[in-house]
Amino acid sequence: MLKKVIHAMYNDEETLMDAARVLKNNGVRVKEVYSPFPIHGIDPIIGVKRTRLAIASFMYATTGTLLALFGMWYFMIHDWPMNIGGKPNFTLLENLPAFVPITFEFSVLCAAHGMAITYFIRNKTLPGMPASNPDPRTTDDMFVMEVTSDQNHDHSAEELEAMLKDSGIVEISVKDYQ
Amino acid sequence: MQKEAAIREPLILGDKSYKDITDDVVGPIEGAAPKAWKLLITITSIIAIYGVGCITYLIATGIGVWGLNKTVGWAWDITNFVWWVGIGHAGTLISAVLLLFRQKWRMAINRSAEAMTIFAVIMAAVFPGIHMGRIWVSYWVLPLPNQFGSLWVNFNSPLLWDVFAISTYFSVSLVFWYIGLVPDFATIRDRMVKPLPKKIYSILSFGWSGRAKNWTRFEEVSLVLAGIATPLVFSVHSIVSMDFATSVIPGWHTTIFPPYFVSGAVFSGFAMVLTLLLIMRKTMNLENYIHVRHVEYMNIVIIVTGSIVGVAYLTELFISWYSGVEYESYAFINRFSGPYSWAYWIMMTCNVITPQLFWVRKIRRNLIATFVLSIVVNIGMWFERYVIIVTSIHRDYDPSSWGEFHATFIDLGIFIGTIGIFGTLFLLFARFFPVLALNELKSILKSSGENYKKLHHKDH
Repeated sequence: MLKKVIHAMYNDEETLMDAARVLKNNGVRVKEVYSPFPIHGIDPIIGVKRTRLAIASFMYATTGTLLALFGMWYFMIHDWPMNIGGKPNFTLLENLPAFVPITFEFSVLCAAHGMAITYFIRNKTLPGMPASNPDPRTTDDMFVMEVTSDQNHDHSAEELEAMLKDSGIVEISVKDYQ
Repeated sequence: MQKEAAIREPLILGDKSYKDITDDVVGPIEGAAPKAWKLLITITSIIAIYGVGCITYLIATGIGVWGLNKTVGWAWDITNFVWWVGIGHAGTLISAVLLLFRQKWRMAINRSAEAMTIFAVIMAAVFPGIHMGRIWVSYWVLPLPNQFGSLWVNFNSPLLWDVFAISTYFSVSLVFWYIGLVPDFATIRDRMVKPLPKKIYSILSFGWSGRAKNWTRFEEVSLVLAGIATPLVFSVHSIVSMDFATSVIPGWHTTIFPPYFVSGAVFSGFAMVLTLLLIMRKTMNLENYIHVRHVEYMNIVIIVTGSIVGVAYLTELFISWYSGVEYESYAFINRFSGPYSWAYWIMMTCNVITPQLFWVRKIRRNLIATFVLSIVVNIGMWFERYVIIVTSIHRDYDPSSWGEFHATFIDLGIFIGTIGIFGTLFLLFARFFPVLALNELKSILKSSGENYKKLHHKDH
């Protein structure tokens, strides 16, 4: 069977939300929504799960904390202990207050950069990546909903197209794809 | 959709649509450079080149070309460092702290304020670099194996904390800024017609396509980065203040320093944001996005932080007397009546007295008055650092070694030069980058745009 991808374009995010809700109630799966800014409340309608980036960030932060503490213990206490201004370095616990600033800074450094790198990789947005939005206007003032026939076997492509045409669109395009 | 009270002043004036926002911000990038921009960048570049010349001369000759002497071993270099770092703080405060408080007015100013932060921190980093004297061994501040240079670096020293704080602050601010820029670069990419700019913006935009999941992640990353940037911004200037506070110099050895420095930093940072934005909104026709209400909000921050700084000055004076330590109290008596009293009184006037004018609604909503006062605050905050640093050390415990600091031509040249470099970077930003956060502005258009507010008002 020939697969079809339908791009329905809206000029208002609320119209798109309403349309997505109607589609969902009719058992249609929306594959993707492209928008120039985040549409609040669209995620549960089109079935986008909550991101786990914050958890990842916490793990990076913990790694940073441990690395910083281990490093400072090694440099200042284990490898070359020094008596600086009458404040000798003998145990990690005694020295901990002086290690707080760098432990904090290093944790933040790891959390922020770890999360940023994860974010770019998970989004597949990296330098040199090609853009994949269906229409250049979706980064300006248009909102596009993408519905594919192979995700919606209960409805024919024509039915899907008719449903979308009825939902306050500005433009619609139907394409075949492999 | 989020609704907002009708009586609340709109943040976006005029009859704007999503398309208009894009046109207003991206339009200037597509067109030819305006004459005023060319003129300004010529001036700033000349100043920048002069500054680079002074820095080169300094590095080639040694820090003896500064006005430092045995008694005053730290003066303009570190004053400028603290001044620039302080200016940087407003950007992160606007983008991170105000994001956590869900302040919508930040969306018109955060992009340029963050750019200002990044450029200001770069300028700040110049000073510790060049005041080392031997800049070619500056990698010794990193914890490298001890065979490599000297011993391990001292992790108990606030100067090393500073290295970590500034580098973390700089790189995290840069990443935060860039993550916000990516979707806006995509907007420019999709509009550009000329092949070369299109190619460049295409690379810069990392192939951003604005999928629903991408936006979910975008919002999560912004929120978490704001959450960790908030303690970071407070920690950075606290650590800068500890460079002084952990020493045993009367006038520096005070526990009030961290909060006092942080509020001073926010104070000067907002002043610099105002100076830059008031020019930018005019020359780039952004009056509908950055208007009197935004200026008023920033002026309120200036009153609050300026008053905190004022209270800190008075507390310092009181405690120096109340402590009963004669060296401590002399340090402060010397500040306001000694050879540097002129600097002290400039500081007091510019930071404590004149910003109080903003209590008057007419003044804080007047753009010219704001512009003048913002420059006054910047001058005052420079003198604050100068007063703290120089007056505390120029008369130490031993009167036979008392001395004074006199700035040289090179001191002045490097400082002015960094302003030139900063200005050049900011002008380049204003020319080629989206100066307003397009995606964020579009997301508040319906709740805070003038036309939409009127529309909702009619409904009721």
